Amino acid sequence: MLLRYIFFRALMLIPVSISISVVIFMIVHLIPGDPIDNLIRVGSSPSDRAALVVKYGLDQSIFVQYFRWVGAMFHGDFGTAIVLRRPVADLIAQNLPYSLTLGAFAFAFSSIVGIILGTISATTRSKVVQQFVRGFILLGSTVPGFWLALLMILFFAVQLQWFPVSGARGWDSLVLPVLTIGFGGVALVARVTRVALLDVRREDFVVLLHAKGLSSAAILFRHLLPHAMLPVVTILALRIGWILGGAVTVEFVFARPGLGSLLIRALGQRDYPVVQGSLLMLALAVMLGTLIGDVAQAMMDPRIREAKT
Amino acid sequence: MTMLEVRDLEVAFGPIAPLSGVSFSLSKGETLGIVGESGSGKSLAAMSVLGLLPLSGGRITAGSIIFDGQELAGLPEPAYRKLRGGRIGLITQNPMTSLDPLQKIGPQVDAVAVLHLGMTSAQARARTVDILGTLRIPEPALICNRYPHQMSGGMKQRIVIAMALAADPDLLVADEPTTALDVTVQAQIIRLLDDLVKERDLALVLITHDMSVVAQTCDKVVVMYAGRVVERGTVTAIFDAPQHPYTQALIGCIPGAAGADEHLTSIPGTVPTVLNYPKGCPFHTRCAHMQPICTTDVPAFVSHNDSAAACHFAGDMK
Ligand SMILES: Nc1ncnc2c1ncn2[C@@H]1O[C@H](COP(=O)(O)OP(=O)(O)O)[C@@H](O)[C@H]1O
Ligand SMILES: [Mg+2]
Repeated sequence: MLLRYIFFRALMLIPVSISISVVIFMIVHLIPGDPIDNLIRVGSSPSDRAALVVKYGLDQSIFVQYFRWVGAMFHGDFGTAIVLRRPVADLIAQNLPYSLTLGAFAFAFSSIVGIILGTISATTRSKVVQQFVRGFILLGSTVPGFWLALLMILFFAVQLQWFPVSGARGWDSLVLPVLTIGFGGVALVARVTRVALLDVRREDFVVLLHAKGLSSAAILFRHLLPHAMLPVVTILALRIGWILGGAVTVEFVFARPGLGSLLIRALGQRDYPVVQGSLLMLALAVMLGTLIGDVAQAMMDPRIREAKT
Repeated sequence: MTMLEVRDLEVAFGPIAPLSGVSFSLSKGETLGIVGESGSGKSLAAMSVLGLLPLSGGRITAGSIIFDGQELAGLPEPAYRKLRGGRIGLITQNPMTSLDPLQKIGPQVDAVAVLHLGMTSAQARARTVDILGTLRIPEPALICNRYPHQMSGGMKQRIVIAMALAADPDLLVADEPTTALDVTVQAQIIRLLDDLVKERDLALVLITHDMSVVAQTCDKVVVMYAGRVVERGTVTAIFDAPQHPYTQALIGCIPGAAGADEHLTSIPGTVPTVLNYPKGCPFHTRCAHMQPICTTDVPAFVSHNDSAAACHFAGDMK
């Protein structure tokens, strides 16, 4: 049942991937300017320029260029960076681990801390704790990430010098970027967990759980939290895209290597193959995230498993 | 032997008191029916007995609930938890929503024996299969691996009954156990409960708004209206000679019963909500025999054979 579900759900990725590749390709080619301007030496003749345009296939119609790009990808060839003059696949392979590490830590941070905070605020009787978590949620959902990043750099890196200002050397360089990306996520996850817990607690079956003589803690961990995790998983799956998007700016602010830095630099240079390749990787990560989220939900909820197959 | 005795129970949610002066008692092997239209306070009475009022923010403000010689009003939560599911079982109204949809049937029933009888999960499962069998559930071992949404309402209600029975309780509280079910299934469930009371010598509180169910299965009846008991007594006494106009009206609505009004399927008007409980006799706003005193004084109980009714004119009317 579950395997069938995963299979059909994965099948749906094919049309989505095709549309995404088209959109990425079009957007990139609609940006004014072209990479050749960044490439040729000052004072080159128009014929030199024309030769380069032909060399990179930019003289072909946009359709031919698209199918060439897609066709090559089936052989694992993402093209060659026009300005950086290296295979795009290499560039991605070199930068991806940094982004994945950052993303994974930010994801773990926002889900673990968010779920714990949300659970505490939904179950505590203490008004002070409730107010504190509520304030935190409000702050986390309204403060923009880049502003927070600048504040934290000023305070923790420049003033206290606990963590490095930038770069990706050592684990301590991860702390501030992870906090920056994760902060909004913590607030979101805490809020969703809290609301879901308060909702499920009102359901009929909870009365019967109490009538069985189960303790409140047993009911919380065995029954309420699994229910509350359903919307949390949905939001976390969507969050994967958001975190990667956040990683793009945060990598830039903290001058960390990674897919985001690569993308921003390549955009500046109109390096089409690199922009296309990294955007496609990001899109793929978002799609995989959603897929994982859906599968996780199907594993948790028998009703979903059945409804979709 | 008296299993449950509720005396002058009063329940409040903050400043409002939807239940007051509720008394009834019941022995082993007996079925007590609590009847009344919806909003009369039947569920609150049930929740009081199970100590579950705090879930919805309510509390017992007066009176006592004696279960097998033990005072339950004010009993600390850890002690109450041992009784709930252990010696007192609850069956709720809507089986469609009374099981955890994310868990298989088996573990949900097993949990009770694990908790109250100290069984291992394997022992508890054997017991679950056994109980499901006695409740006439086909292929009990297979059912244990099913999820609630894969079963019919009647089957789910049997599962709920199995959970209530899993630790061999002395008292069952069934809050409208058949209201949400098909008519044919309703009869099966009522018969099942009736058999259980006889086989296991249980005390059963059967809450219903169906007078014909009471006539078939109960030994005693408590008629509730607007959070108060208006009449109580043995089934025979109350069906033979109902003293309270509300009881008379309820019986009048049973299709085909002796003394039934052919044109009436329900009593005109509605039960007042807790926010506008009438002064004096709670029923006076809908009573055909209303007199000035009914609007000012709460009537005391007047005994008549094996029943007692809270009506200023009990015995005077026929
Ligand atoms: N949690 C609550 N807070 C306030 N009033 C309540 C609550 N639960 C029930 N009541 C009130 O108590 C009265 C009796 O309700 P209930 O016991 O559910 O009636 P029944 O089960 O007979 O239909 C109703 O007027 C209802 O509005
Ligand atoms: Mg009710």
